[in-house]
Amino acid sequence: MSARRPVLEVRDLSVHFRVDTGGVFRHNYHTIKAVDRVSFDVNAAETLGIVGESGCGKSTLARAILGLVRPQDGRVAWLGENLLDLDEERMRGKRREIQMIFQDPSGSLDPRMTVGDIVAEPLKTFFPSMSRLQIRERVQGMLKLVGLLPEQINRYPHEFSGGQCQRIGIARALVVNPRLVVCDEPVSALDVSIQAQIVNLLKDLQKKLQLSLIFIAHDLSVVRHVSDRVLVMYLGQVVEVADRDSIYLNPRHPYTRALIESVPIPDPVKERERARRSLKGDMPSPMNPPSGCVFRTRCPYAIDACADQRPGLETLDSGRLVACIRHRELADGLEAPDPEFA
Amino acid sequence: MALLEVRDLTVSFDTPDGVVHAVNGINFDLDPGETLGLVGESGSGKTQTALALIGLLAENGRASGSVKFRGQELLGMSISELSRVRGSKISMIFQDPISSLNPYMTIGDQLVEVLTYHRNLRRRAARERAIEMLNQVHLSDPKQRMRQYPHELSGGMCQRVMIAMGLLCQPDLLIADEPTTALDVTVQSQINTLMAELSEQSSTAILLITHDLGVVAGLCHRVLVMYAGQEMEMAEVKELFADPRHPYTEGLLNSVPRLDKARSGILNAIPGNPPNLLDIPSGCPFSNRCRYAFEKCRELPEFEQLDGGRLKRCHLDALPVTEEEAG
Repeated sequence: MSARRPVLEVRDLSVHFRVDTGGVFRHNYHTIKAVDRVSFDVNAAETLGIVGESGCGKSTLARAILGLVRPQDGRVAWLGENLLDLDEERMRGKRREIQMIFQDPSGSLDPRMTVGDIVAEPLKTFFPSMSRLQIRERVQGMLKLVGLLPEQINRYPHEFSGGQCQRIGIARALVVNPRLVVCDEPVSALDVSIQAQIVNLLKDLQKKLQLSLIFIAHDLSVVRHVSDRVLVMYLGQVVEVADRDSIYLNPRHPYTRALIESVPIPDPVKERERARRSLKGDMPSPMNPPSGCVFRTRCPYAIDACADQRPGLETLDSGRLVACIRHRELADGLEAPDPEFA
Repeated sequence: MALLEVRDLTVSFDTPDGVVHAVNGINFDLDPGETLGLVGESGSGKTQTALALIGLLAENGRASGSVKFRGQELLGMSISELSRVRGSKISMIFQDPISSLNPYMTIGDQLVEVLTYHRNLRRRAARERAIEMLNQVHLSDPKQRMRQYPHELSGGMCQRVMIAMGLLCQPDLLIADEPTTALDVTVQSQINTLMAELSEQSSTAILLITHDLGVVAGLCHRVLVMYAGQEMEMAEVKELFADPRHPYTEGLLNSVPRLDKARSGILNAIPGNPPNLLDIPSGCPFSNRCRYAFEKCRELPEFEQLDGGRLKRCHLDALPVTEEEAG
């Protein structure tokens, strides 16, 4: 993207959870590395897509950026300033600039508040000096911007459909003029026809307001549609980062490749002719991750060396990053050695 | 004779807010070995259609019409008669595999129970058959899995167990309600491959309920598209995708971003909101969201037969060529 300094720099961010796994006389604790030394940048007015399957740590990562969970280690720099060093008071100020949109559209709205109050609440928090009239005007303008009617200001969330509730969630996030919006699976609870409406709305607003977006989703087709760059996570770690077209046309990590091949194509002719290397098994338990490369237990290309140490994120040409010791061989057309995958 | 003949199936629910008409007169046949996709968004009535077939509607639900399975009427059958059909000749797998299994019973006991109940097998024979079935759905370490409880297995593994359970008695009909929606993409692709394999190897007919057009494209022979409890379009799978004849089908196909095509600037969303079943527009239920709606759409169109056995419910003779296609 641009050569300017990124708005958000995340460096070696780790979020660990300690879980009690039982025990009769004394507790047994396990550490889950939900996010494990993750680094990336977000540029101004850019959309970074984050994909991965359930349990890969993408939502925890989002929460850590907003300071909703306490990271173990690392740096989250917003315009050069490390958010993890800030006290609660100063962090609150930053939260105006970084807002979030949630997955469950109606569950994330207070059912006892009117839509007007829901959208006005962040304004009252961040701009206590605004008059009621100013707030009302701003809220009505916001509702219009997200495709709702200003007259609906006195209605309650249950009077709206899922797609409309998501529009309210978007209005609430944007009403304070943020610069970065973290969207955690914003369309996955919606029907496909409504999904398209919300995706179009987000893209349109991003352009109008010059927003940076972090778009977290498990649906690879939607992520391709909205993102400028894409980051792929597996078991708490970043396995690949690249610009959108290169990652989809030419994935370099075996996991990225498998993810893309797994997406069913809505075309019966193509779908039935596709060669598929299905991954075997499930994601391992994050309580007990494999040694070395976390993906090796499901990787069709794994060799003994993959168990030795965690592959570092290697920077390739055009700035893409890959964490795989065999990515060069793969790019040269290495075939899967294990007949089970053929 | 078709394996399953559904005629004028209607499902409604009495609720405090009024009567909800979930399914309004659906007709379809299913042949042995065939996979039929029921497609639609939330509120289209696809799940209620399936539940009505096997008498699993909620207490406030009522079904009318006719559902003939091998010539035998299922609607109005007594519970004891139905339970001999369910699980042996017709079985169903659900969207959420983990909560569909009994958390207090081992996988083995749940599978064995099916066979001792429906097939009068002795425990040992039933165990052997169950292990064989788990092998067939490619679950690793079947013997050890038999001793485990559902919470010890992942979602994908539980769905394999559900499928194994559904197929234990070699049913004539398997109803699969969004079987992969709750699963991750890589696991979804494993389960879909498994379903395709099973459908090829056995003569089990599958009624596949899904909102995912990609899954339909991979697994189904024929597709019935539903909206607000009505049939909108029915066609062979290749024809439906290559040449949709109903505006709703076209809208669904156009609104999903696709990995196999160049990226487009904006998605062709269907405007408006999903149907409110308490307040369905009179006439064509899709008319308030349809880009081609005109005067005549205030009357409900017939579900009329077209060439090649296709059916559609729309007043338009043909869909206009859109800018994208012409462009």
